[in-house]
Amino acid sequence: MDPIIIIGTGLAGYNLAKEIRKLDKEQPLLLISQDDGRSYSKPMLSTGFTKNKTADDLSMGDAAKMADQLNAEIIIDTIVKSIDTARKVVVTDKAEYAYKDLVLGVGADVISPPLEGDGTDDVFSINDLQDYAKFRQSLETGEKKSVLIIGAGLIGCEFANDLANGGYDSQVVDPVGRCLPALLPESASAAVQRGLEGLGVKFHWGPLVKAVNKTETGLTALLSDGATIDADIVISAIGLRPRIDLAKAAGIRVNRGVVVNRQLQTSDTHVYALGDCKEIEENVTLYVLPLMAEARTLAKTLTGDITDIKYAPMPVMVKTPCCPIVVSPVPAGVNGNWTDEANEGNNVKSLFHDSDGQLRGFALTGDLIKEKAALAKEVPTLLS
Amino acid sequence: MKKWECVVCGYIYDEELGDPDEGIKPGTKWADIPEDWICPDCGVGKDDFDMVEVA
Repeated sequence: MDPIIIIGTGLAGYNLAKEIRKLDKEQPLLLISQDDGRSYSKPMLSTGFTKNKTADDLSMGDAAKMADQLNAEIIIDTIVKSIDTARKVVVTDKAEYAYKDLVLGVGADVISPPLEGDGTDDVFSINDLQDYAKFRQSLETGEKKSVLIIGAGLIGCEFANDLANGGYDSQVVDPVGRCLPALLPESASAAVQRGLEGLGVKFHWGPLVKAVNKTETGLTALLSDGATIDADIVISAIGLRPRIDLAKAAGIRVNRGVVVNRQLQTSDTHVYALGDCKEIEENVTLYVLPLMAEARTLAKTLTGDITDIKYAPMPVMVKTPCCPIVVSPVPAGVNGNWTDEANEGNNVKSLFHDSDGQLRGFALTGDLIKEKAALAKEVPTLLS
Repeated sequence: MKKWECVVCGYIYDEELGDPDEGIKPGTKWADIPEDWICPDCGVGKDDFDMVEVA
């Protein structure tokens, strides 16, 4: 019997394998990883300093342990070159593997800003456990003290908080002019900014980083307004983009992500996708909560009980302990307005209503995050 | 009373506080939480929770 092949051993791949095993102990499973296949939780990469955890601490098991736990074959350090959907074969840099069904759990790439200068190779982007290990290793000498973060979105702000907690002097550059501008109303952005500034984080609003150059002791960033910022470490965190190239080259329908229907099936009958790489009814969801729901549903479909995905309310917890945030993102294309119901100190409650008066999103900060569950029940779920 | 941490997202289940939003009364021991309960923050199921005792 050909195996179900899962490409990717992040949260999507491993959780899908776990869910399949709950339903079917016999079905052969083959997971292919481009890295060492260690199991880890990506959201935890943003709290390493706060929780005092190294990359090794964040590993929940190596590939051998996972293979044993999941009764699966796991192939590591292997790049998938192509998918031959006609022959139902995955072609890697080492061999070919035939599949019964194929699942893409390949995640998202970090978007790289167009930077000039001789220091660009030293700019970190932290998108997986191996990136994180390299980043932490570079700090081990203890001589590096200052960090420049490019981008004040979710990951940029989480890292700013975590590095400040780790004792690093952190600065953030973003052209948009406020924290998490894609997710939050201005009131909540301001609360987070105040929280981070309280930890000593400095913000540079308006300019872009144009170039990163080496100096005798570290790096210097040249901004589009002509200013320069010296730092020992530069981290780029300007956003994520679903990985679609493999699917696209195989003739599978893609848009922003790999396009799937409600069974998480792509345009090819035997190829499925879940997690950060997939796009469902024009939604790309780069969060853990939808991924877990998808893993449960897809496991059913792949073991013979064809099931449509149903999402529960999915508020996003942003890991900025200086000013905790819960946001229920406004779906793309929905028009309406944010209204602040409360805005005092760190505590903001802002609601987004569409033109029919329906609650479609909310943002809570500080102590008011406790209202999360009650509000989440009032927001229509994705695809409902 | 003990606390348990979700290794996927860092959510803390505090037995003293329970999870009233999900109908789990304050004082509910981890062992007494229903098997179909999921982490309110990340959706991991209880049976795969590699939860660690933090206190």
